[in-house]
Amino acid sequence: MILIRLAIAFLASIGRSTIGLLSATGRVAIFAGETVSHIVRPPLHPAETGRQLLRIGYFSLPVVGLTALFTGAALALQLHAGGARFNAETVVPSIVAIGIVRELGPVLGGLMVAGRVSSSIAAELGTMRVTEQIDALTTLSTDPMKYLVVPRVLAATLAMPVLVLVGDVIGIMGGYLIGIGRLGFDPATYIRTTLDFLEPGDVISGLVKAAVFGFILSLMGCYHGYNSGRGAQGVGHATTNAVVTSSILILAANYVLTEAFF
Amino acid sequence: MLPKIEMIDLRKAFDGKRVLDGVTLKVAKGESLVVIGGSGTGKSVLLKCILGMLKPDSGSILIDGQPASRIDRRAFLRHFGMLFQGAALFDSMPVWRNVAFRRLHGHPRANKAEARALAVAKLRRVGLTEVVADLYPAELSGGMQKRVGLARAIATDPDVIFFDEPTTGLDPIMAGVINDLIREIVTETGATAITITHDMSTVNTVADRVAMLHEGRVRWQGQVSEMETSQDPYLDQFIHGRAVGPIATVR
Repeated sequence: MILIRLAIAFLASIGRSTIGLLSATGRVAIFAGETVSHIVRPPLHPAETGRQLLRIGYFSLPVVGLTALFTGAALALQLHAGGARFNAETVVPSIVAIGIVRELGPVLGGLMVAGRVSSSIAAELGTMRVTEQIDALTTLSTDPMKYLVVPRVLAATLAMPVLVLVGDVIGIMGGYLIGIGRLGFDPATYIRTTLDFLEPGDVISGLVKAAVFGFILSLMGCYHGYNSGRGAQGVGHATTNAVVTSSILILAANYVLTEAFF
Repeated sequence: MLPKIEMIDLRKAFDGKRVLDGVTLKVAKGESLVVIGGSGTGKSVLLKCILGMLKPDSGSILIDGQPASRIDRRAFLRHFGMLFQGAALFDSMPVWRNVAFRRLHGHPRANKAEARALAVAKLRRVGLTEVVADLYPAELSGGMQKRVGLARAIATDPDVIFFDEPTTGLDPIMAGVINDLIREIVTETGATAITITHDMSTVNTVADRVAMLHEGRVRWQGQVSEMETSQDPYLDQFIHGRAVGPIATVR
């Protein structure tokens, strides 16, 4: 009898979790659909979008640049050490370039920007929710989705590919500096090998990934902030959830996109 | 005369807890109604239902005799202003942009110079100087924030104004200033006003008529002058702030 009850309780908890997950997925999907529908319907707020482009794009440059620089440098060292096991040290420039452009640039850039931007959006919108600023927007005949969510999502989706492109260049440069300074590569040969092996598809796939990651991280920041619970604890939860969900979704989307591209 | 706003048998529950349990109220055009009641009696929910931010479970809201669900909500909001409990100013923009927000983002859209001039004029109306216009909300005291919120609420000379706990968190002198400003503005503009408060000084200054909510229903309503002579024990306990009486102090 007790065993049956335990089994039912166990199945019920699985059922509850499944229903919770599905309803959360549904809510996010509706929020995403609403956001996209607002993007294609005027009025838009270009000044606000410009402000967010500056905040999300320009001010994330140091984070993305430093991440790419150290990743490129470490990758060059790893590839050189690994390649030495079967006399393939010469692959360092091409693999650094392909690795950064296809995978590490967009993924690490996406995760770093998720940490910086998604949390900040969630905290800002969460505080606006708690202090009734979002309600105030409604009473001022302004749709909060249009004024708060659309500019952030649009700005992140547009800024991420640019950030990742800059990050790609800096990452390859990180590998180049280590290749020249530590590993004894000839500068001209390193650059030629990098350019010879890199194809436009590598760069384009990375930039498409970046745009998708930008959409995900801003959407998660907006969703959790917009639906934040009450008080400091509510805003805290919203911030944490924004970073966790955007990071997981970025990694999942990266797998799906990699399957689709290659 | 057709009421400006009418609520008929309004009901709203959250997770099974009834917050509004059949509220019926009328507000005449140009009238200032003050809704009083203890915390959690549904005053804020009532305002949010009128504004369409919450959907009542049942009952109806009529605006100018038309069901609120059928009127053009955008058109209604264009002639509407609200002072929030915490002022709800946008921290990311200076005071003048807060006050002129609707003119900067709505239709017809004013240019920057016109919007700023309007904001400065409205700030003067609530007793603030032009210097305040360029400050950010975080640089202002609570009383000044409330005044800026008031200036924003009246920026487009609305027909309907809601005041949500206008004196909460203010010292008695500043509360008096805000109450006087509200009364002056409501009289001067002829706007229909609904104020929710537990502050009796607001009731005495601002109200033409008073309605008391208790347990999600209108317990008493009448003219301000009738409050003292009312025989209602609930109203009597509330207006005199007595700990002992029919209203439970442990909720």
